[in-house]
Amino acid sequence: MSETRSDIPLEVPPPERPYSVGREKLWLFLRNPMGMFGLILVVIFFASAIFAPVFATHDPLTMDIPARMSGPSADHWAGTDQLGRDTYSRVLYGGRVALKVAAIGVSVALIAGLILGMLAGFGPRWLDNLLLLLFDTIRSFPTIVLALAAVALLGPSMELVLTIVIVTTIPGYARLARTSTLALKNTEFILAERSLGASMPRILFKHIMPNVIGPLLILAAMDVPVVVTIEAGLSFLGLGVQPPTASWGTILNEGYLIIRDSPWMVVAGGVPLVLTTLGFTFLGEALRDVFDPKLRQGR
Amino acid sequence: MWWYLLKRLGLSVIIVLMAIAVLFVMLHSIPGDPVSIALGPRATPEIQAAYAEKMHLDKPLPYQFLIFVSSVLQGDLGTDVFSNRSVGLTLAEQLPYTITLAVAALGWAIILGIPLGCLSAIWPNSWIDRVTGILSVGTIAVPSFLVSIWAILVFAIMLHWLPVIGAGDEGDIVDQLRHLILPAFAVGLGWVGYLARMVRASMLEVMGENYIRSARAFGLPARVVVFRYALPVAILPTITLIGVGFGGLLSGTVFAEIIFSRPGVGRIIYDMVQARNFPVVQGAVLVTIALYVIVTLISDLLVSWLDPRVRDSL
Repeated sequence: MSETRSDIPLEVPPPERPYSVGREKLWLFLRNPMGMFGLILVVIFFASAIFAPVFATHDPLTMDIPARMSGPSADHWAGTDQLGRDTYSRVLYGGRVALKVAAIGVSVALIAGLILGMLAGFGPRWLDNLLLLLFDTIRSFPTIVLALAAVALLGPSMELVLTIVIVTTIPGYARLARTSTLALKNTEFILAERSLGASMPRILFKHIMPNVIGPLLILAAMDVPVVVTIEAGLSFLGLGVQPPTASWGTILNEGYLIIRDSPWMVVAGGVPLVLTTLGFTFLGEALRDVFDPKLRQGR
Repeated sequence: MWWYLLKRLGLSVIIVLMAIAVLFVMLHSIPGDPVSIALGPRATPEIQAAYAEKMHLDKPLPYQFLIFVSSVLQGDLGTDVFSNRSVGLTLAEQLPYTITLAVAALGWAIILGIPLGCLSAIWPNSWIDRVTGILSVGTIAVPSFLVSIWAILVFAIMLHWLPVIGAGDEGDIVDQLRHLILPAFAVGLGWVGYLARMVRASMLEVMGENYIRSARAFGLPARVVVFRYALPVAILPTITLIGVGFGGLLSGTVFAEIIFSRPGVGRIIYDMVQARNFPVVQGAVLVTIALYVIVTLISDLLVSWLDPRVRDSL
């Protein structure tokens, strides 16, 4: 009776592929058809904007007056505008404007909102109240009215569009960051860090920020359509990017003026705008569902 | 309740005052001399001096601010530089058009969006839920000014169904309604999806509550459970959302007024910005902000009246 239980292996052999949170999230994301569709649209948006000179068939500024206001043809895939410029090439270059505004606007607003929100949540009560009041005031300006007032005073420009985009989107990030910071403020690990004498910047950036930034990044993905729409809207009203630079807004504006003679332009200028907004919305929602299902109940 | 009301009112007043201050600072940070900007380069020195005195531009800035605030509080929004009319009067003419458009847009969105949201929540993952889900993301993604342009292209230019320019003949209600359909459609479309999603989310949450389960266990018909017990609670976040989103609705009406050449506050701001008629711009912006603050206030009070929990938490 020498058989002992020792021949039963004590250790469970490790599974061939260890469980990983990251892989599970990736799998969840890949299984979401809307998310994949969004991702594809977003990739197309980035690629067409970055490689616009490669994909364009014509120079976006070259005029060809005899061929003006023509419909789609083998030479001009999306027709031409009132000056005979190739609409397809102009739409590609317009994507660059949208990408630029979205990239700069969203990242600056995200960083500023993150810092302000953490300060409001972690700082003294009066600072919190002051910042909240400031956010509420900004929110009480309908974006387009604020933009009209600002343009009246400063004249239309790309920089102004960026400023307006940043100022109006900061409160969203700041409020989100503030709420999460408030929840973290009195947790044990922050209290421990405090009692060890850590400075406020250290606590904020080393300990609070990593826990706060996730939902903000998802909000950023969902804010891209908002930002792109603001740019296109302002440019459509002639308050943003100025001609002859191509932007989806200016293409829509010029197309609107000749809508009765040549309806192609308002279609060509609008479709990429819709696809981009759809792409980022689907992508943002899929990311949110994967990383933060709690946020599903509306913001 | 009274304490809540007082607090909320105080906050609204502070927000309007802050907005006035921001507007004032913006107007006074225009590069160049405000007098020559307002009157143009050809004005004689005498006219310039008279204008400066009339607008108190020769006084120090803090004094100007006090005058500005006190006259706004007295309901005096200043005088149109060009026509010498009262800005308040001009805006009083334009405001009904904007409010009509906003109410019409929101109205059809509520009538369609809330039932859609309810139905998707009652039968989650059914075909109606899926269709509503895709439609709502789709309608939210299309900017309202693009809906306006495409609606003009389809319904006015291709199909010749509806007029697109202006607000219709005065006194002819049918004509005015026909002119209202496309703008209200364009401004409200995104809201249909927005409301449907919001109502669906909060309905799903409420339908899982114990009291709903009890109501069902008592054998109440589904219709009664949904409309009598679940919807009144689930609708609360939506009311707040409508209040907060009213600013966006106003942005939509600005675009619609410009694209459809309708009269209204948004159009006045746009036109007067181009004409550099600052007193009108200033007055119109203030009215818009006041309108927004009032609507948010009403929606907040409505929610606190309907839901005592909100009242106590503030």
